[in-house]
Amino acid sequence: MAQTAKKQDQTTGGFEHHPLDDLLRTDRIPHIWCPGCGIGPTFSATLRGILASGVDLGSTVMVSGIGCSGRAAGYVKLDSYHTTHGRAIPFATGMKLANPKLNVVVFSGDGDLFAIGGNHFIHAARRNMDLTVICVNNLNYGMTGGQAAATTPHMAKTTTTPKGNPERPFNLPLLAFAAGATFVARWTVLHGRDLMESVQAAMTRRGFSFIEVLAPCPINYGRRNKELPLVTLRNYQVNTIIKNEASPAELAASGSGPIVLGRFVDENRESFLSQYDKTYRPQLAPAGKE
Amino acid sequence: MNYWRVPLDAEVIPLTRGQVHVVEDRCKGCGYCIAYCPKKVLAPSEHYNKKGYHPPLVAKPADCVNCHYCESICPEFAIFSVEIPCSPDADRKDAA
Ligand code: SF4
Ligand code: SF4
Ligand code: SF4
Repeated sequence: MAQTAKKQDQTTGGFEHHPLDDLLRTDRIPHIWCPGCGIGPTFSATLRGILASGVDLGSTVMVSGIGCSGRAAGYVKLDSYHTTHGRAIPFATGMKLANPKLNVVVFSGDGDLFAIGGNHFIHAARRNMDLTVICVNNLNYGMTGGQAAATTPHMAKTTTTPKGNPERPFNLPLLAFAAGATFVARWTVLHGRDLMESVQAAMTRRGFSFIEVLAPCPINYGRRNKELPLVTLRNYQVNTIIKNEASPAELAASGSGPIVLGRFVDENRESFLSQYDKTYRPQLAPAGKE
Repeated sequence: MNYWRVPLDAEVIPLTRGQVHVVEDRCKGCGYCIAYCPKKVLAPSEHYNKKGYHPPLVAKPADCVNCHYCESICPEFAIFSVEIPCSPDADRKDAA
């Protein structure tokens, strides 16, 4: 049977049609991400979630910032934008306000969204802006060589913290919730189906949706912390617990005890666009749609 | 098929079957699919693809249950499974 698969390979010129190929700029694949990088599975679950949500792909756009994860915008076959460092959210906000019909997905990394772009993140969440934000959290600045980030666990080794990180990292779901996000979830790359379902749910609801995805960076984070990629994955498997609707305050991703995963927040609060229309464009308000 | 607890409806519910495909030249040899395939369908291979990585070998193609887990965990869009039709009879033969 392996033989037959091989033969079919050859009849199609060694190339077979992957189910996501229609959403990929296949001429750019293989992508630049290192072997075993967690961005790939996150990206693939995101694409599957977008497809499953049934949104019109012609009016769906992806916006990325800078960093390894930021390259995603260059691989998706949708209208996509690779913006300046930290500015994916304000760019996406502008696009959504200018053309409320768009479904806007922000796909970026922890450094981009929570360090240089942290201020934009909290304000978009506060406004309940109609965006889906997916954050690949690999615990460091991968692209620039593995420096400590706002998400690096306490005492983890990076190029800028060779003896261990003296700081304490952000608890991203708590930050998102406290700032006002109305949908908050966290998964790992091992939880591809749950992640896909969260993306699907986020795409079909209004308001600000935030999904954190724990993803290995074997080259820059794993290597310095003596963690082989399969060990990181094993950690995601044995050292996590799924608790939907857990209180965001108990979600610190490092420290003792298992990492809590799940869909934590899913509340109905009027989104920015509907509030804005009600206040300033009452003639549009009864429509209730974008 | 080996179960740790045989489902009550194992006789009537046909198992899904899949055929797994590897787009070899996209693979970067991370081994995630090999480690996480629940049916151990995949195995490390000796041969190289054109980038010099070892793509997985489909060692037990008949055991694939089309769960798509390899497809989900692969960082490279390099592996996927498609459903193949199966008759309940085929399952029983397998179980025997
Ligand atoms: S440096 Fe890290 S995050 Fe960047 S592509 Fe490599 S493994 Fe992925
Ligand atoms: S679809 Fe599931 S059973 Fe089949 S090869 Fe992939 S992981 Fe294994
Ligand atoms: S998961 Fe993908 S990249 Fe990794 S070994 Fe399997 S096919 Fe290759």
